[in-house]
Amino acid sequence: MQGLQRISPSATSPELIRNFCIIAHIDHGKSTLADRMLQITGVVQPRDMRAQYLDRMDIERERGITIKSQAVRMPWEFDGTPYSLNMIDTPGHVDFSYEVSRSLAACEGTLLLVDAAQGIEAQTLANLYLAMENDLTIIPVLNKIDLPAAQPDKYAEELANLIGCEPEDCLRVSGKTGEGVEEVLDRIIADVPAPVGDADAPARAMIFDSVYDTYRGVVTYVRLIDGALKPREKIAMMSTGSSHELLEIGVSSPEPHASKGLGVGEVGYLITGVKDVRQSKVGDTVTLAGRPATEALPGYQEPKPMVFSGLFPIDGSDYPVLRDALDKLKLNDAALVYEPETSTALGFGFRCGFLGLLHLEIVRERLEREFDLDLISTAPSVIYEVTMEDRSETTVTNPSEYPTGKIREVREPMVKATILTPSDYIGAVMELCQTKRGKLQGMDYLSSDRVEIRYRLPLAEIVFDFFDQLKSRTKGYASLDYSDDGQDAADLVKVDILLHGDTVDAFSAIVHRDNAYSYGVLMAGKLRKLIPRQQFEVPIQAAIGSRIIARETIRAIRKDVLSKCYGGDISRKRKLLEKQKEGKKRMKMVGSVEVPQEAFIAALSSDEPDAKKDAKK
Amino acid sequence: MPAQPAGETPPLDGSLPRSAGAGANRRGLSLYVHVPYCRVRCGYCDFNTYTAEDLGPGASRADYRANLAREFDLSTRTLAEVGAGDREVATIFFGGGTPTLLEASVLAGVMDDIRARYRLAPYVEVTTEANPDTLTPAYIETLARAGFTRVSLGMQSAVPHVLATLERTHDPAKIPDVSRWIKEAGLELSLDLIYGTPGESIEDWRRSLDVALGNEVDHISAYSLIVEPGTKMGAMVRRGELPMPDEDDLADKYEIADAAMTAAGLSWYEVSNWSTSALTRCEHNMAYWRNADWWGFGPGAHSHIGGVRFWNAKHPKAWSDRLLAGNSPAVGREVLGETTREIERIMLAARIDSELRLETLAPGSEAAIRTFLKQGLLDPAAADDGLFRPTLRGRLLADHMVRVLTEYVG
Repeated sequence: MQGLQRISPSATSPELIRNFCIIAHIDHGKSTLADRMLQITGVVQPRDMRAQYLDRMDIERERGITIKSQAVRMPWEFDGTPYSLNMIDTPGHVDFSYEVSRSLAACEGTLLLVDAAQGIEAQTLANLYLAMENDLTIIPVLNKIDLPAAQPDKYAEELANLIGCEPEDCLRVSGKTGEGVEEVLDRIIADVPAPVGDADAPARAMIFDSVYDTYRGVVTYVRLIDGALKPREKIAMMSTGSSHELLEIGVSSPEPHASKGLGVGEVGYLITGVKDVRQSKVGDTVTLAGRPATEALPGYQEPKPMVFSGLFPIDGSDYPVLRDALDKLKLNDAALVYEPETSTALGFGFRCGFLGLLHLEIVRERLEREFDLDLISTAPSVIYEVTMEDRSETTVTNPSEYPTGKIREVREPMVKATILTPSDYIGAVMELCQTKRGKLQGMDYLSSDRVEIRYRLPLAEIVFDFFDQLKSRTKGYASLDYSDDGQDAADLVKVDILLHGDTVDAFSAIVHRDNAYSYGVLMAGKLRKLIPRQQFEVPIQAAIGSRIIARETIRAIRKDVLSKCYGGDISRKRKLLEKQKEGKKRMKMVGSVEVPQEAFIAALSSDEPDAKKDAKK
Repeated sequence: MPAQPAGETPPLDGSLPRSAGAGANRRGLSLYVHVPYCRVRCGYCDFNTYTAEDLGPGASRADYRANLAREFDLSTRTLAEVGAGDREVATIFFGGGTPTLLEASVLAGVMDDIRARYRLAPYVEVTTEANPDTLTPAYIETLARAGFTRVSLGMQSAVPHVLATLERTHDPAKIPDVSRWIKEAGLELSLDLIYGTPGESIEDWRRSLDVALGNEVDHISAYSLIVEPGTKMGAMVRRGELPMPDEDDLADKYEIADAAMTAAGLSWYEVSNWSTSALTRCEHNMAYWRNADWWGFGPGAHSHIGGVRFWNAKHPKAWSDRLLAGNSPAVGREVLGETTREIERIMLAARIDSELRLETLAPGSEAAIRTFLKQGLLDPAAADDGLFRPTLRGRLLADHMVRVLTEYVG
């Protein structure tokens, strides 16, 4: 390629830069397409290629999703002119919609990548609307056209209807074979506008990602809007005013290359030596300490946990390991919050706040996998605002902290949910949303057989088992997206589960009054099957305040003796006894009741206790 | 059959550590003879037993007595080496398998072989287990003349469908006759019963108790059926062809048994054993429960000498090969430490009516005893006399109490 120096970092004129991202649903082939672009533009040599090059974490690769976004600079020649393309990857899940919005804000255009065998999904649609609101140029791309099940004509029609273009404008590619990928690169240069900014104004760069690296500290990914940044300058974060020396500045393509700086419209990374991503937050504006900008870039938000859960080590002696592990994860996860929690049933652990369910799952999985911890997590809870009769206000993120006394009103977080489903399942989806206290907001046909259904739902219902149920009722076809939609007052109550008269804090739940009874019956029934018989009869009760709404009884054990014990049995029996004593040590005491750890785990999991265990009782 | 416990490998000659002889003259000595033969194998049985006549060269039934004699020789030599030899034998027990599958003259011959090597106590108790089908008046007469004092008859149940599920082939109608023959020969009679067989109703169990107690019985052992993995019955339960015995049903049947025995004048002295008086208890079993010394002869038999437990090769061929080569048939052993011995003492004594003295329990046990008393698991009058005596409810929860009490040991 000629004239590469014209597109070297810090010396590239904005007209030669194109910044774009890819909006796609999980499994629609974003990473594979990105891999192909890396190869075709020559930034990754074939011998260095590995599948899903940009997905850094094992979990990302295994689940086929991107948790953190990335930026890659790639050269591409169009009409004889070399251009610099910056591909900014976007996280692929609803929990990370704020991070998605910042990635979009760093671009002028986006590929709308849709699986030609499946059509668009709800989250893709939500992100598409976000991109449209940001005035991004949208390039529709149908992927996986090599699949036998691909229906590119059908889905080109659907995309054309959605973004208001002609079906012929949809590019058709195969990330797997590479077919059509060059046309995509050409189209980006032709259609996506070049970035515009004031090179002489005080520097302003937007942080769209921030990653902790063991060796280098925090690596901050930025898009430069105005001005320029150079190595060894002192930079300042506009949300906090904190300043740091710029130790290194560079671009990824896709391995990091230090540069002489970054100019208007460019995308790259900064290293300042800070050790915690909280000091370099997504959405914040970086400026120069010596010549600061007066106004921060719009759209910055503090990360806001929406879902809370208690995490407890199964082996109580792992508590310090869990604490250290959370401290480490926090370095790379600005949204993760936690504080120590003590449960009478589960011992010492942490109350953790997450952006959503997937975020919870990912954190839990990383803790178990990377730190070799076995954990129990309590049922996810949302944030409730409680107004007492005396007008005092309490925020509740843990059911066990629900206030006693006269309550005037409880408000719960609501979400706007968008569900895309084949029209055959409209009835099933509406029935589900109805049982989850949803209110229908509207419904539109995307094509003759695909429907977008909009509901307003309590977030608490979504975090329970909504997604699993949606998938099972629609044979996996429906997709869901939701976003914050304020608060509503609701008739909520706290249901306690009592074992032999003692409240088991881990099982308390805040539920709608209409669901209190079924929750109580479900939990009491589960526990009756899971808790072994004791020396005395153990009532299991579900209660709202002092009112009992459900009751089960574990009958007292009557026989705990081996009938035969002769000469040859003695060693066996003693060893059995020792084993039983070991088993007892792993029991947790709830009041005077011994509860095996497994009973807590099984009761807290949403699955039914398995039939085999049942049969033994 | 159950696997032997894990343990260390004993020396080839079977010699014992010197510690095994310490205090031997204060402990009784008992002998157990394992007869590993049965005509058919019952579906629930996990004992070490074989139905074949010939189990390989040197291991046929005809060779059995000679092989036993080799182990008798080995035992006297080994005991003498650690100073545990010069003692009267207090009890002898022939178990199986089915000892009475052997000719009565063979059992009598084994008794002669024992007498040739051991000094027997004047009132030595000599028991054999017996299958009702195998006994005749003449057979019993031969046993009596050979010095047997007691027969433990494997009655199991009086109800044909229960016996069929257990795969027992004897005719329950024969029990009264056989019982009478035993009594007429001047022997003590013990009946073995099993409750909780799949399909056994409460009425079935009452009927078995009635039939058993209708004889002039001195002693009854009643065991709840244990479904052992590795047995035919275990496999059937696993496949769902038979229901697993229900613990509450077993508890009901235990309580019914205790009431019926008490009404018939028998009282419990161990969790699963009842007798007409202290004189008709099974002294051999008491020796096990009091951690006396005993030597177990025969394939798979276990022994305990002064805190050393050891056990023989299970297969009759492996057992006889070792003896024929001049070696000990023992393949594994445990040398118990002080703490383990104390745990075993409590574990065994807690099952007996007047064995465990409260003042011998480890410090800290007092609170547990008070709790047991409050829960109605211990007899308060006995406790006032310093004795640990479980109530009816306490006997059914004896393992629970043992787990609690042994926490304080060591």
